[in-house]
Parts: sequence; structure tokens; C-alpha cells
Amino acid sequence: MTDTLVKPDLSVLATPPPAPPRRRRIFRWFRGIHTLVFLLPLLVSFIVFSWIPIGRAVVMSFQKTNLITTQFVGIENFERVLSDPLLGTAVVNTLWFALLALLFGYPLPLITAVLMSEVKRAKGLFSALAYLPVVVPPVVAVLLWKFFYDASPTGVFNEILGYVGLGPFPWLQDAASAMPALVVEATWASAGGTIIIYLAALTSVAPELYDAAEVDGASIWKKIWHVTLPQLRGVLLITFILQIIGTAQVFLEPYLFTGGGPANSTITVLLLIYQYAFQNSLGGDYGSATALSIMLAVVLGLLTAVYFRLTKGWSS
Amino acid sequence: MARSRRPVEQEDRGIISLADWRRPSIRRSTNLVHGVLLVVLFVVGLGPMLWLAKAAITPTQDTIRTPMALWPNGIDLDNLAEAWNRVEISTYFGNTLILAVGVWVVQILVSTTAGYALSVLRPKWGRIITGLVLATLFVPSIVLLVPLYLTVLDPPLLGTSLINTFWAVWLPAGANAFNVMLVKRFFDNLPFEIFEAARVDGAGPYRLFWSIVLPMSKPILGVVSVFAIIASWKDFLWPLLVLPNPALQPLSVRLPSIQRFIELDVFLAALAISTVIPVVLFLVFQRMFLNSAGLGGAVKG
Repeated sequence: MTDTLVKPDLSVLATPPPAPPRRRRIFRWFRGIHTLVFLLPLLVSFIVFSWIPIGRAVVMSFQKTNLITTQFVGIENFERVLSDPLLGTAVVNTLWFALLALLFGYPLPLITAVLMSEVKRAKGLFSALAYLPVVVPPVVAVLLWKFFYDASPTGVFNEILGYVGLGPFPWLQDAASAMPALVVEATWASAGGTIIIYLAALTSVAPELYDAAEVDGASIWKKIWHVTLPQLRGVLLITFILQIIGTAQVFLEPYLFTGGGPANSTITVLLLIYQYAFQNSLGGDYGSATALSIMLAVVLGLLTAVYFRLTKGWSS
Repeated sequence: MARSRRPVEQEDRGIISLADWRRPSIRRSTNLVHGVLLVVLFVVGLGPMLWLAKAAITPTQDTIRTPMALWPNGIDLDNLAEAWNRVEISTYFGNTLILAVGVWVVQILVSTTAGYALSVLRPKWGRIITGLVLATLFVPSIVLLVPLYLTVLDPPLLGTSLINTFWAVWLPAGANAFNVMLVKRFFDNLPFEIFEAARVDGAGPYRLFWSIVLPMSKPILGVVSVFAIIASWKDFLWPLLVLPNPALQPLSVRLPSIQRFIELDVFLAALAISTVIPVVLFLVFQRMFLNSAGLGGAVKG
């Protein structure tokens, strides 16, 4: 399984590729056994590690199992999850994380990328610096930031803010500031990737459009507002929904920074799924864990479908 | 207006026109903005890494009392040696490396053979398989967590659990739809005439794969390799679940749990060691990294 937190960039597949030229089938007489040989690695790995587990997840959400005996229990798992008082907290926290991540993390890469696109010298240096946090292993980043967030006056952030007479702040120890602190670290860790995507999209804006805008007397700001941003519409729409899908599945930050605390203020849906399955003193409640993950997947699927329906004519 | 008729020097203009660039006031303010941006990127992007590098060779007391001191009172190079030897970072580092190499091999094997079969050999039911592979991209990986764990606990046909073996990480990594689609799409755009010419010259499907298609697909193999190694290096939750034996765990899993047993300066040295390889890989293969990261935007056009 690839990491739940390093989502591949689905945007590549969001639009149909340029239609490949129609091709005749090569090796007509080999079709069959040789094709099967080449398909074997794909078939084995996907059947065993993807297609069957996906089906099994659906089935398991209606089952109760202790790994020795398994029985169907109808929608009992869903009922139990939905009546768990922690679920509401986890959903609200996850939404809060997603909202904060949008506020902190959505405009920032766009502004940075637009500014960077006008750099004439040493552009590579700018990109490298912006992307560097993305290559730092996430666990290292979180553990390092946990130290930065030290609540004492000599904690790294408190000392820096102390220079301008602020603080000291309790950061991770306070229920109100813990989540924003997590989001700042998560934004730092991921902004570089989005910046690079925007930079690539910015190079494909046709220069003629800027020429035309200038003929109409547009200032730099007007050009950004009326040419650059509309030209980035398609990319912006996709990064928006991808960010929502990604933040709805946040795990590493709450798990390593706070373990869900203080006072459950950072427990997220994924953390709850993990606790159901793997941190249960009575043995893993696999039924509840899969039921909740299926519900999360369905909600995200519906959200994505509605989003693309609503924004349909925007990107063209 | 046809683009080819345009003066060459105007081809790569951006938001600011070349005429504007010649005006001193615009040039000055743009340079100022870029200067500030560079400083900010330097502090935010490189700052934490430089701090970590400093803290790795600073005694604990200095780091705690004056974390922002530019010059520590004492330099303690032993931190690195102690982390590497006594805390056995070397073992976990080796595990991380073994896991990454295995994941890379599995992903390259699955994605190239699958891409070749689906794009070049094109079996009758190829479209169905492509659709089924594509569909898995839209299933959030959290759905797979529990059933995949149970699969590894009791894999079909093997009769023995894969828990606490590297296979538990290597094998599931092969079912990566993103890589398969990436490679298939690349193969779709290779010139078909070459395949036909090779066939006319007597090359069979294996020869065509090994001697024609693979050598032509170095760029995409580079991209898949970067994705595979970086994702494996970053992975945390899955190795945490399937490798409960500390002796087999990679750095990402081990670092949070050793924090409790060791001194802060040694711990920060361990963090620094864990960061070196990915950062060096990035600096060496910078272009490939940034091109892969920008792929999403580039394909959408």
C-alpha cells in the first residue's frame, strides 16, 4: 500500500489524455500466453492487494470478526460508529483542519508561484528552496516541529516571537492552538509541491493574452486578475478538491504531534479509524474501522462528484 | 496571430512586458519583491534544515537554553557517532534503504510489464483491466488499511503470515495504479512504427520489451523511480502496522519511539541523519524531482 498521506497527484488523470493514435494489434499470433506473462505481475498484485481488499472492506463493514469466527451483523457496525460520541468531535476537527488548511495553504502557493514566475535569474534556486520541505521525511518534519513548538519561553518559536515581545504560547498544549499549529506544519510540508504545479501551469499561459491585455491598457494587477488567474482555473479547481480530499485523511500530524489531544481537540476521522482497529484493548474492532472508512470514502466520492458537477463549465 | 511570426525575444515574456521591464521603477520594485521572496524562501525552506544541522552537533543544554544561538558553546560531533552506533540508527537506516529498494524493484517491474502489455500488446480485455486499475485510484487508501492488513496477516496460498517480513511492505507496493497509468500513457505515445519494424526484423515480444521499449522509456522510469523511492522513504503507517519487530523497522517508524530513551542532542542528530539522503537525492536529481512534481500541471496543459 502506498502511504495514506502521500497521495499520488490524481490531477494527471483528471482530464482525458491526448487521444493515442489508433493502433493495430501487434503480435497477433502471440496474443494470449505471452500477453498473460506480461500482465501477470499486474494481475497478481492488483487482485491480491487491491481488488480483493476493496471488496473485502465492503463485506467487512457488515461483519463482526475476531479473526477466528466471523459473522454478519447487518448495519450494526455503522450504527455503533454513528452513535460514538467521539465521531462528532472527529468530524468537526477534520473539517476544522481542512478549513484552516485552505485558509493557510491554498492562497499561499498561488501567490508564491505567481511571484516566482517573473523571476529572471536563479529561478532554479527559488524552486529548490520552495520544494525542499517536501523532500524532508514527514516523520522527521513533525518531530522537528514538535521541538520548535516547545511551550517554554526558550522553545524555538517562543524565543523568536519573544524578540518582538509576543508569547510565550502553549502551542500544542492548548486545545485552541493545537490544531492551527498542526496545520501550519502541514502547510509548510506540502506547499512546495503545489507551487511547482502552479509554476508549470503558469509557463503554459499564452504570452499573446498578456499582449492583448496591454493593448487594452491593463496594469500588472489587472493582468494577473483578468489573464493569469482565469488561465489557471483548471489547475486551481483540481488542486482545491485534491487538497480537501487530502486533508480529510490527515493522520500523521495528529498522531505524532498530539495523539489526538489535548482533550480530543485534534482527534481526526483517520485517527479514530486507526484507534478502532489497532489501539483497542479488547482486540481490533475491524468492523467499525472498515465501516467508518467506507463512510469516509463515500462522503469524499459524493463531495467530489458534486464539486465537479457544480464547477462544470468553469474550467473550459 | 501565428506564433511563429512573432519576434523571437518576446516568446518567453511573462506577466510583466519587456517594455515594462526596461522601466527602472518597475524593475526596482520587482527586484525588491523577488529579493524579499528569496529571503523568505531561504528562511522557511532551508532555515529548519540549517537549524537541525546545527542542533545535531550541539550539546543538549545549549539547544534547550539558547535554541537560536548562532554559535553554540561547544561542538559535540560525538552526537552523530552515538546516534549512528549506540542508538543503532545504522540498522534502521539500512532497513529504510532495503524497503525503498524493494519497493522500487516491485513498482518498476509491475508498471513496465503492465504498461507494455496494455499499451503495446493490447489484449482483447485490456480496456477492462485498464478501467479496473484506474478505478482503484478513486478509492481512498484508508479503505484498504484494515483488509490489506488482514491479507498480509494471512496471505492467500502462502499459508504463512508476512508480518515482520519486508515482503509485507514490498508486495502491496506493486498495486500502484498511478505508476501503471503513468507508464502506460508514456508507452502509448512511443512511435508504433519502431515496434513494427522490430517485429519485421524478427524480434519477439520479450526482445521488443527488453531491447526497444525499455531503453526508450528512461525518462518515465526515472519519474517512477523518484516517486517510488521518495514515497517509500516517507511511508509511516503501513510499516508501523506490519513491522512490529523494532529490528526490522525503518527510520520513520523508529524515530518517534526512540525519542523517549535517548538524549535530545543525540535524537536531533538522528533526525539530521534521516534527512540527509532524501535531501542529497533531491539536490542531485533536482530537475527530475521538479519535473515529476510539475507533471500534474503540465499534463492538464
